[in-house]
Amino acid sequence: MRGIVLRRQIANAAVLVAATASTLFGLFWLAWILWTTVSKGAAALKPALFTQMTPPPGTDGGLLNAFAGSLAMIIMAVVVGTPVGILAGTWLAEFARRTHLGAAIRFVNDILLSAPSIVIGLFVYELAVRPLGHFSGYAGGVALAMILLPVVVRTSDEALQLVPDPMREAALALGLPRWKITTTVVYRAAGAGILTGVLLAVARISGETAPLLFTALNNQYWTSDLANPLANVPVVIFQFALSPYDSWHALAWAGALIVTLFVLALGVLARAAFRQRHFDG
Amino acid sequence: MSIASDEFGGFPPPERSRKTAASEKSYGVGDRIFKGLTGAMAALVLIVLGGAAVAMLWGGLLAFKTFGFRFLWSSRWDAVGHQFGAFVPIYGTLVTSAIAIVMAVPVSFGIAIFLTELAPKWLRGPVGTAIELLAAVPSIIYGMWGLFVFVPFVATYLEPWMNDHVGTLPIIGPLFSGPPIGIGMLTAGTILAIMILPFITAVMRDVFGAVPAELKESAVALGSTTWEVISHVSLPYTRSAVVGAIFLGLGRALGETMAVTFVLGNAHDFSMSLFMPGNSIAAAIANEFTEADSPLYVSSLIALGFLLFVVTFIVLALAKLMLLSLGRMEGAKA
Repeated sequence: MRGIVLRRQIANAAVLVAATASTLFGLFWLAWILWTTVSKGAAALKPALFTQMTPPPGTDGGLLNAFAGSLAMIIMAVVVGTPVGILAGTWLAEFARRTHLGAAIRFVNDILLSAPSIVIGLFVYELAVRPLGHFSGYAGGVALAMILLPVVVRTSDEALQLVPDPMREAALALGLPRWKITTTVVYRAAGAGILTGVLLAVARISGETAPLLFTALNNQYWTSDLANPLANVPVVIFQFALSPYDSWHALAWAGALIVTLFVLALGVLARAAFRQRHFDG
Repeated sequence: MSIASDEFGGFPPPERSRKTAASEKSYGVGDRIFKGLTGAMAALVLIVLGGAAVAMLWGGLLAFKTFGFRFLWSSRWDAVGHQFGAFVPIYGTLVTSAIAIVMAVPVSFGIAIFLTELAPKWLRGPVGTAIELLAAVPSIIYGMWGLFVFVPFVATYLEPWMNDHVGTLPIIGPLFSGPPIGIGMLTAGTILAIMILPFITAVMRDVFGAVPAELKESAVALGSTTWEVISHVSLPYTRSAVVGAIFLGLGRALGETMAVTFVLGNAHDFSMSLFMPGNSIAAAIANEFTEADSPLYVSSLIALGFLLFVVTFIVLALAKLMLLSLGRMEGAKA
């Protein structure tokens, strides 16, 4: 009898040791990757990053046009994708909470969320690049908007569903029409949650490379015309990292560090925004 | 009708309101426009997915018509002779994803157990956040780290060691022997494993947390150890959801582009050894799209994209269905 008990205890201890080891294993990779990014990126940081354009091979320069292009496309994606996403999430939360159509759209939305971004890039290529005959910043913005959309739809849906129904019923009792209830009462209550969703979506699209390869491509120079190929940080990192030039490698690491810091900062911001309102309300 | 009616407790009866039809009236023009607008936006989600499928089928039509079913198993990729076959990319995608799943699932399982059963409350938050950071890091960072740091490490230490110790074993030997160049399917699979780790862990955490406490407590009351509670209560309860989590990870691994592009090698040659460079669908498209010079070349790449889309759609749909089944079990109890 004692033998059996001992065996079970040993099995239990073994599993728990393995679980702890797995966690340390996972954290080890995170530490290694972050350490590499920070050390190699910090070594390549310099003010010229923000003042000079991407250089030709072998010479030194900065990433200004890449930062500007990425910023332009992220703003485009947010301007186009956020209203669509919030409105779609509103429909799901207000009119389709338990309907079959609502379930179907949520299902498709979640698949779109995890779908390979390269597929979105090819779609926008067929849609906006091939007919026009050239790559453009607009196509890049559209591709990023399509990646942003399912994240915003899902987080808006969940944030709006969290608003308690008695709030809606109280407004209804005062005689407000549905659209006014949603825009004045529900949106205000769910504002923090929706904002969190948008920030997380922006963090996600900031690092996306594959869809931009077929839509905005890249540009060695500064351009203010978004209908041209547009420089952007991820594709520049891609091109520079796979090249044989050390100066380009250094710039790639610097860009990688800045993108990582930007994404992590957005994540921290999103968490703070969520927690702030949550305890206030 | 007397003024002091008993029916209303001595008070005068209320006037019949002229606004009894208010509820119908308030569902007026504004509400109809609002519902229509938001519904149209929701339909856009369906249109985006459907449009993506149709657009890629359209773009790949030329390749499908030219090569027919031969496209799927021909391994000849000749840009000059205009002969394209998808076998090597498909094989590479499946093999790297399989390696990623084999490596990531046990580790994710272990982390999920640690976070739900083992860790003290103050540790759960930070460690959970740290694991989620793995998901926040953009994939191109994984690619760069993989190419500049991990590949040299693998080439210098890991592959020679495996050549000596695993490459000599009977059946699996040929898989683990080859020139130690670092770039190859094993490296790509390992990096993919690290990338899908946080996704599988997050879902498993949620899923293990959904097991009703009464079931677990009953098992403990009967004298079970922690592991026995997990294996005899939690796992059977969440079985299909755990498989759903694994499929979710698989779906992500299949479509991952940048990390694989950096370390897989873009070689359209088939080889048994995992140390050799290969190709994956996403990496092939990313590497060659901008240099594709003939319509057939571009169409072949888009056709590859369509195949990837179909496979990931099926895998992700299965994952979602399996995860929903757990929700239904919970709903039935509530």
